[in-house]
Amino acid sequence: MDFFFIIASAVKIFGFTFLVILPLVAYSTYAERRVSAVLQDRVGPNRVGIPATLFGFKKDLKLFGLIQPLADGVKGLLKEDFTPAHVRKSFYWMAPAFTAAPAFVSLCVIPFGSAVTIFGYEIKMVIADIGVGPLFIFAIASLSVYGITLAGWASNSKYPFLGGVRSCAQMISYEIALGLSVIPVLLFFGKLNLSDIVTYQAANGWLLLPLWNENGTLIHEAYWQTSSQQWLLLLPMGISFFVFTTSIFAETNRMPFDLPECETELVGGYHTEYSSMKFALFFMGEYAAMIVGSALIVTIFLGGWSLGFGLDSALLQTSEGDWKWYAGLIHMGAFLAKTVAFIIFFIWVRWTVPRFRYDQLMKLGWVVFFELALFNIFLAALIIAAPHIGLLNTFLFGIPALVITALLMFFITKANEVRRKAKVT
Amino acid sequence: MAIVKVKRPKLYWYEHLYLPAILKGLIITLKHAIASLRGKAQGGKELASSGLGVTMQYPEQKWDAQLPEYYRGVPALVTDEQKRERCVSCQLCEFICPPKAITIMPGEIQSEDPWAKVEKAPQKFDIDMIRCIYCGMCEEVCPEQAIFLRQDYAMTGVSRLEMVNDKDRLYEIGGIREGLVNKWNELK
Ligand code: SF4
Ligand code: SF4
Repeated sequence: MDFFFIIASAVKIFGFTFLVILPLVAYSTYAERRVSAVLQDRVGPNRVGIPATLFGFKKDLKLFGLIQPLADGVKGLLKEDFTPAHVRKSFYWMAPAFTAAPAFVSLCVIPFGSAVTIFGYEIKMVIADIGVGPLFIFAIASLSVYGITLAGWASNSKYPFLGGVRSCAQMISYEIALGLSVIPVLLFFGKLNLSDIVTYQAANGWLLLPLWNENGTLIHEAYWQTSSQQWLLLLPMGISFFVFTTSIFAETNRMPFDLPECETELVGGYHTEYSSMKFALFFMGEYAAMIVGSALIVTIFLGGWSLGFGLDSALLQTSEGDWKWYAGLIHMGAFLAKTVAFIIFFIWVRWTVPRFRYDQLMKLGWVVFFELALFNIFLAALIIAAPHIGLLNTFLFGIPALVITALLMFFITKANEVRRKAKVT
Repeated sequence: MAIVKVKRPKLYWYEHLYLPAILKGLIITLKHAIASLRGKAQGGKELASSGLGVTMQYPEQKWDAQLPEYYRGVPALVTDEQKRERCVSCQLCEFICPPKAITIMPGEIQSEDPWAKVEKAPQKFDIDMIRCIYCGMCEEVCPEQAIFLRQDYAMTGVSRLEMVNDKDRLYEIGGIREGLVNKWNELK
């Protein structure tokens, strides 16, 4: 068993990170350029293909420019790796690795498919099936801020430094909202293991789309008798989803929160002094973080690898409740499709929304999202607790407590605004 | 002008949420994307787009048909109706050229030549296209209307030497030009 476990893990690590995620990183840069081009009435990179003319053929194969990421990689490796004389060498060299590595490490807790049985062993399609999934991701992913801050500091020049400082402040502000916004989700599931969370969603409806449960789909009569709470929970879960997604945008330094590398103000931000593959590593880190972020959102809120709408149990399960042999593959495909869709959404938002001003960013993080997430926890707790404590207690204590918290949050926000006005005049 | 105080517009509560505005933006970009993918991008037709967006695909499609008359491309020398070179090597263009792209070696016209009264013609006339900034000063300053900026723009070469247009090349590009330019046309 142990030997088999090691082999299976190695295969999973190699297959998932190197054969799926790394190409996905490369192709999300390509997608970024193509999608942004389409959104802005341009064409984007459509030339790089197979240079067949080099081998004596008549025409080059263009392939819609799909070889572009490869060409970019080759270019990154072949360019001069220039280290300015005024930098702190050791940190300067470490920083790109610090940005890229955490994103890849945090991939390991994301379940990318349902369990597959091979030779009588059940293999879970997740590299590390640990009980603290989201916490692990937060812990590791927030390490990437070290890379950015170190890069800014080690570059020893003002623009990267400002970029590093901004990134640091931004990460801290949004980490809080990020952490608080998943608490309602965890309250609902009652566990932190991401594979279990997805399995639950496959059976009982996605968190944001609770259209089916063990009593059948929406049309099924039994559904309406058992699912009233599911529908009520949609409100806090919706808020959670919104805050979480926005915070992921901020965490991955994506537009509209890309102030650390804001070109118009800071030249290139923290990576101004970097060239060739070191710069490319920053880039890869950013895209890998985006992929992990999308995967996490999909896993928590949109049912991970499950097909949804009751299709999982209808199509892919045997009558004993086991997965059919091809279920794993279909689930992996579904997971990938959802993640890619979310990446495209990321890109779409980036090319639509303009960048925030820095004080707006801070205000949004500390005054709006922090309060919203806190209030949301109380709201979710009340909805989950209501059936247990009874109707009377809910109205006597629950709702007044909720109103008080809401008012408190509101006045904190207002107080902040009053102080700001006083300063201006 | 007097100082105009701009008042910040008062926002409704739903405008304060910013979400409707973001949603609107997303819809606008999506509309553009769909139009662009269908080959119906705004203004695509006027800009002779290749089908995706409004962009023209350069080496396959060219803008030549749409080039305006006043387009400032490669500067070149021209001959007049009698195929006589117009340039009298006064060197005004050489002096005015901001990046000093023009080098002229003036020469004398022998007395037996039918055009001997012109007295001078360039022996050598080089324009270094690596230096030229297509400003059109040479055209403007030339008293003989001998130098013009043509509509060619694709000057390429693999060495610096190749990028220097000598006299023969300049006449080849320039060709014959008849009549006066608008600058000298008193009616305009
Ligand atoms: S091109 Fe015109 S300005 Fe230049 S030397 Fe000849 S006549 Fe003079
Ligand atoms: S266009 Fe301007 S830069 Fe070019 S040769 Fe004429 S004067 Fe010189």
